[in-house]
Amino acid sequence: MDYTLLFTQVLNGLQLGLLLFLVASGLTLVFGILDFVNLAHGSIYMIGAFICASLTLLVGNFLLAVLIALPLTGLVGYVVERVVARKLYDKDHLDHVLGTFGLVLVLDTTAQIIWGPAGITVPLPAWLNGQVELFDGARIPSFRLLIIGTGLAVAGGLFWLVNYTRLGMLIRAGASNRTMVSALGIDIQFLFALVFALGAVLAGLAGMLISPITGTSIGMGGQIIITAFVVIIIGGVGSMKGAFIAALLIGLIDTLGRSFLDKLFALVMSENAAETAAPAIAAMMIYILMAIVLVVKPQGLFPPKVR
Amino acid sequence: MKKLISAALAATMLTSLVQAAEVKIGFVTTLTTGGAVVGKDQEKAVNLAIEHMGGKMGDLDVNLIFGDDGFKPETGKQVTDKLVKQDNVDIVAGYIWSNVLLASRKSVLDAGKFLITANAGPGPVAGKLCHENFFSTSWQNDETPMAMGEVLNQKGVKSIYIIAPNYAAGKGMVAGVKRTFKGEIKGTDMTTWPTQLDFSAELAKANASGAEGLFVFYPGKAGGAFMKQYQQAGLKDSLPLYTTFTVDALSLPKFQAADFTDVLGSQFTQQWDPTIDNEQNKRFVADFRAKHGSYPSFYAAQAYDSMFLIKSAVEAVGGDLSDMDGMRATMKSASYPSVRGEYTYGNNHMPIQAYYLREVVKDDDGNWTTKIVQTVYEAHQDIYAKDCALN
Repeated sequence: MDYTLLFTQVLNGLQLGLLLFLVASGLTLVFGILDFVNLAHGSIYMIGAFICASLTLLVGNFLLAVLIALPLTGLVGYVVERVVARKLYDKDHLDHVLGTFGLVLVLDTTAQIIWGPAGITVPLPAWLNGQVELFDGARIPSFRLLIIGTGLAVAGGLFWLVNYTRLGMLIRAGASNRTMVSALGIDIQFLFALVFALGAVLAGLAGMLISPITGTSIGMGGQIIITAFVVIIIGGVGSMKGAFIAALLIGLIDTLGRSFLDKLFALVMSENAAETAAPAIAAMMIYILMAIVLVVKPQGLFPPKVR
Repeated sequence: MKKLISAALAATMLTSLVQAAEVKIGFVTTLTTGGAVVGKDQEKAVNLAIEHMGGKMGDLDVNLIFGDDGFKPETGKQVTDKLVKQDNVDIVAGYIWSNVLLASRKSVLDAGKFLITANAGPGPVAGKLCHENFFSTSWQNDETPMAMGEVLNQKGVKSIYIIAPNYAAGKGMVAGVKRTFKGEIKGTDMTTWPTQLDFSAELAKANASGAEGLFVFYPGKAGGAFMKQYQQAGLKDSLPLYTTFTVDALSLPKFQAADFTDVLGSQFTQQWDPTIDNEQNKRFVADFRAKHGSYPSFYAAQAYDSMFLIKSAVEAVGGDLSDMDGMRATMKSASYPSVRGEYTYGNNHMPIQAYYLREVVKDDDGNWTTKIVQTVYEAHQDIYAKDCALN
């Protein structure tokens, strides 16, 4: 067993998981509190990435661009809530799906009109473009470490926000009984818009962090949103803790599956067959996990207590 | 009233006359999703070709209908069915992706129409599934990586690690490089296509394998993503990169905008380059750049060629599109002016052509483009031709 490789791959899995958490946390917040299925969450991830990419080329500094792009993405989320989502809250889930799917097409096409089909390659400052040698032979791109750090910081911040602030209290209260909250004189509509915008900021941040790695492209949200839904289903819809643990679980399973499944398969079949079968099975593993969780715990691993 | 009816009748006849005097061409490519960057380039090239022809092939007006495959085999087949059945086109061309071509070919060929691939070249269509009405203006998938395998041998590389997407073309690319490369293959990773764009796990494995070189195939936007991550992983010195179809004229302007200088000097094999010296290529590259401000990609070059291949066939039969034998014979002779220079067709209607080693350089104005540094094959034929029953 090559422990250096294992360590590197665990870090890679952690990084993928934390990125997934950023997307899934916004999704589970909106789904859990507003009871709203938002397929367009992935499009906001894309919009955030494109806004940040353009700004990076404009101001010449990635981190500065992220700081400017975050409130802009929140604003996009706020507008989407006011114009589209709010009208759908009291309809059923199928209407949410249809409405937000339409929104996906509109946002994707809008992005293609504004930024063209080519996508943007996002340059990083030199100190983020290198590698960090953690110990002998285990070299990790420094930018991936930044993603891990940011993801952990955001997770901590969200935990604090939801559990220890007045806003968090209102959010939790709104999730349990929205009529009661508004009867107590809280502007529930504004609260919901705020939650929606917060979800947009989180998704946008994920998009901004992935774009220096993969570049931005039209429809980039379509892939991550499916995995993000898998995350919140495994974690329990509406549960922040569930989203965090499930995201890390999926990140690790996916990465380690891609890394070691072929070696594992080669023990029981020919090398050629293992080479072909391993990637197919690796791609399926997170869905297999979801199926098992749905059978054993249909509410997810950490269903929220109040529902 | 009578006058009105006869006028209407005359108008109908007139339209049917006009309809008869045109050649209807369907062009299937990717115009939406992340694959659109390739499709839009082909669309530009096809429109430029028609413009260069003055909108006519012989005496016939060109009626061009684009179809969007949405980067998916099932959508590609649907749009092909629509072109063949509803629009009743005379010829279907295009197809970037091998899996889309494999799903769609039967719809065209069973309807007795010509099918011209302007990119995709999976093994089966060159071998067992070859067809008299099928032609290619590109290559068979295995050939370009076979040329890269030869280059690796010449450079004295002893061992390589391979990373490629898990679909028809990716498998062809891997088979191709394995066929000619004489050294050791330290490992092969096939990734989920087209969704996987993060290759951290695969790069870590390649690095740990101890291979002397890394061979990859990532077309379209995945190529840009791979190049960035390869650079961020800092493997340039320990694990030199050898690619096919991964760096192209679509990604280079993006790299230049991001000042990603590591890509300068990287080498890959191909059957075409913007610097190839012939009249057709000069006009194509110059006018494409004048119109769109960027160099055309090889995808564009092949799409441009496909239109001139069709033109040569239409003109040879004097616009009589029912003379399919005549059109077929003309296309088989490859007598049209191709931007890659002269080539011939094998029994399976795949090009027998030269393959070059291209290198990324700055042109005189500082734009990032490519030049030819070596001819790897003078006239190379794919290995599937022997499985094809045509002669």
